[in-house]
Amino acid sequence: MDAILRYFFDFSRLSGYWPDILHGFLITVEMSILTVAIGIPLGLLLAVLRLYGIRPLSALIIFYIDLFRSIPQLVLIILAYFALPYTGLVLSPFLATVVALSMVLSAFAEEIFWAGITSVPKGQWEAGRSTGLSFNQTLVYVVLPQAIRLGIPPLTNRAIGISKGTTLGSVIAVPELLNVTSSIQSNVANPTALTVGAILFLALFLPFVRFTRWLERAYGHPRH
Amino acid sequence: MRDFTSTFFNFDILREVWPLLAEGLWMTIALAVVSVPLAVFVGLLIALAQEARHPVLRCLIVGYVDVMRAIPPLVLLIFIFYGLPFLGLQLSEYPAAVLALVVNGSSYFAEIFRAGLESVPRGQREAARSTGLTWAQSMTYVVVPQGTRNVLPDLVSNTVELVKQTSIASAVALQELLRSAQIAQGLTYNPTPLIAAAIIYFVMFWPFVRLVSRLQNKTVTA
Repeated sequence: MDAILRYFFDFSRLSGYWPDILHGFLITVEMSILTVAIGIPLGLLLAVLRLYGIRPLSALIIFYIDLFRSIPQLVLIILAYFALPYTGLVLSPFLATVVALSMVLSAFAEEIFWAGITSVPKGQWEAGRSTGLSFNQTLVYVVLPQAIRLGIPPLTNRAIGISKGTTLGSVIAVPELLNVTSSIQSNVANPTALTVGAILFLALFLPFVRFTRWLERAYGHPRH
Repeated sequence: MRDFTSTFFNFDILREVWPLLAEGLWMTIALAVVSVPLAVFVGLLIALAQEARHPVLRCLIVGYVDVMRAIPPLVLLIFIFYGLPFLGLQLSEYPAAVLALVVNGSSYFAEIFRAGLESVPRGQREAARSTGLTWAQSMTYVVVPQGTRNVLPDLVSNTVELVKQTSIASAVALQELLRSAQIAQGLTYNPTPLIAAAIIYFVMFWPFVRLVSRLQNKTVTA
């Protein structure tokens, strides 16, 4: 017990490092927000494009989502950071991580939106069209609101899971929370920084995890 | 175009580094075949423990599961690998990675199994018990099989996620597929090994990703 307190809760060792930790935390938050803000709208756009049923385009979209759902996030981040420069496109570690994660999230989001759109009964489309709405109007005012509503619980789960992937940026030296706290840990030879990191990650993600439990109850049936 | 293939799809380089990649692939498989069954088993146990309807126990379990779902897996791994030695618990790379994958993965499996078990009507439990089956028998033969079937797409999808996650073990220098590819890239100054690793991952997981999509569409229309 004494060892636990001495090694994992010795906050005096962190004096002078708090600004770095705060900065790392803010970068984690920034990356998470950017990933969600790019990934989810991109997924919606892809699902809508797929709806128009233009053969080659739909095939391309399906290939895209399968690709980004199959390859591990860390592999994509490493590719974006170490392989893309050979094409002449050099991304900063921060951007490489955000781009890779947003693409992964967009692939999962497309799948969720697509499932939502296809589960809206045909009668809704027909009803919309028969009141004089155009195809696009029916889509925007009748179908999408229902599809998006259906997608909220699984989208929240995915968004949390992929935002947690921002920690993978530490591997390519993005100065986010994990990177900062683990280098402090090796500087001061005391893992209290890791404890602080873990607590801050919990502070960030636990409310959303609790929120998914609430959503599950609100939506009545558990689906992931 | 020739430039492009000699940079990204260079077969001479691929042939040279293939033994390294193959070794890494085996380590990835060795991580998966141990972590996945353990995580499924622990997850099922956690879900079954909630059947006890003991309010304190339930609160503790829900708290544990939520915390483990909120902590990024890489944070867990770094904590296990660099933090635990301070308490005298020094795990080498492979057991540390397995432990992180099982703790993280089992929490997700626990949630999925819980949803599955809850989807089985109470009457099934009562009927099973009233035929003289013990609690363990009624769970094993009646409730768990039905509950599992109801959440099969999520189980498959979570398994894929867990196996994909083995790549984080590269962060503690465990030489699995990604790490091998990075080493090979460093040796050859060429991204072909990384591309090859990505293709291997894609080929491994793509059938399962398709399967999950199909299973999920079936549940929606059913």
